[in-house]
Amino acid sequence: MHELSIALSILDLAEEQAQLHGGGRVAVIRLQLGPLSGVVKESLQSAFELARESCSMEDANLVIEEVPLVSFCPVCQVQRTLASARDLCCPECGAVTPEIVHGRELEVVSLELES
Amino acid sequence: MITTTRLVEVRQHVLKHNDVVARALREEFRSNGTFVVSLVSSPGAGKTAFLEKVLRKLRGNYRVAALVGDLATDNDARRLARSEVPVKQITTGNVCHLEAAMVRDALTGWNVEPLDFLFIENVGNLVCPASFDLGENMRLVLFSVTEGEDKPLKYPTIFNTADVAILSKIDLAAAVDFDLQAALKSLQSVRPGIRVIGTSSKTDEGLDEFLELLYTERHANTPS
Repeated sequence: MHELSIALSILDLAEEQAQLHGGGRVAVIRLQLGPLSGVVKESLQSAFELARESCSMEDANLVIEEVPLVSFCPVCQVQRTLASARDLCCPECGAVTPEIVHGRELEVVSLELES
Repeated sequence: MITTTRLVEVRQHVLKHNDVVARALREEFRSNGTFVVSLVSSPGAGKTAFLEKVLRKLRGNYRVAALVGDLATDNDARRLARSEVPVKQITTGNVCHLEAAMVRDALTGWNVEPLDFLFIENVGNLVCPASFDLGENMRLVLFSVTEGEDKPLKYPTIFNTADVAILSKIDLAAAVDFDLQAALKSLQSVRPGIRVIGTSSKTDEGLDEFLELLYTERHANTPS
C-alpha cells in the first residue's frame, strides 16, 4: 500500500511547515482528502499512526476532512456535487461532466502548533 | 509552564515534492522533443507484451527507450530488451508504484538521449500509481477482456487519471463472452470522453491505430 509513503510525506510537510512558522510541537495536522485522491481515509489514518512513531512526532494527530466530488456541468454551466466517482454526470440534467473541480485533494490545510 | 497553541495555515499538496520533480521532468522532455508515455494496469493485463510490440514497430524510425518498474524481478526488462531498444529496470523493492524521482534517477547517467519516445511501464497495480505524476505526456491504462467489464468502476481513480484506455487481449473477447458495450459504458462513466483502443498482442489488432495516435500526439506536443 502507498498510504505509508503518503503518511511519511504528510509528516515531512508538517515538520517543514512548523519550522517555517517559528517551530513548536505539531499537535494537529488537518488534511483534506478527495474521493479521487487515490488514498483511502482509514488506511491513511492507520498508516499515519505507524509513521509518526518513526519520527519525533508521536503526539501529532491527523484530522482528515473528506471533501466531496464536484464537477462542472457544461450544459447547466454550474458546478455540481456528485454522489460517486463511478458516474461522472450531472445529477440534474444527466450530461457527462469530465471536468473535475474538486475531488483530487490530498492537501495539508493547517497545523496546530504548541509551544 | 503554560502551553500555547497556534493555528497556522499551510494549504499544500502532500505530494508537492513529487509534483515539482514531475514538472521539471516534463519541461526537460518537452525541450528535448521526447514524448513520454506511461502504462498502468493490474498485474497480467499485458503491459509488457503490448509495449514489446510497440517498441518493435517504432525502433526503425524513431529513437525509443523504455523504463520498467517492477517490485523485484527483471523479467519484464529482459522481455522488453528483446525488442532491441534501450531498456532500464527500476526495482522498487516494496514500493507499489513509481514516483517521479525514481524516473529522474533512472534517467540520470543513462546515455540514451535525445529520444523521440520514452515509455514508462509502471508496477502492475491499479491503486497506488494513480496519485503520482511521472512527468508523462500520455498515461495509458490497460485492461484486458478477461478482467471483466466493470474494472473501471472498481478503480475509478486511476481510470480517471488516464488519457487513453487500451482494451487488451481483444482476441479473447468471444471466448470469455466479453461485453464490449458494457465495458465502454463503464469507461465513459468514470472518464467521459476517454479514447479507447482494442488491441491484441497476438494478432496485432489495434496496434496501428495506437501508433497513429502516438504520432499525432507527439506532433502536437513537440515544439516546432
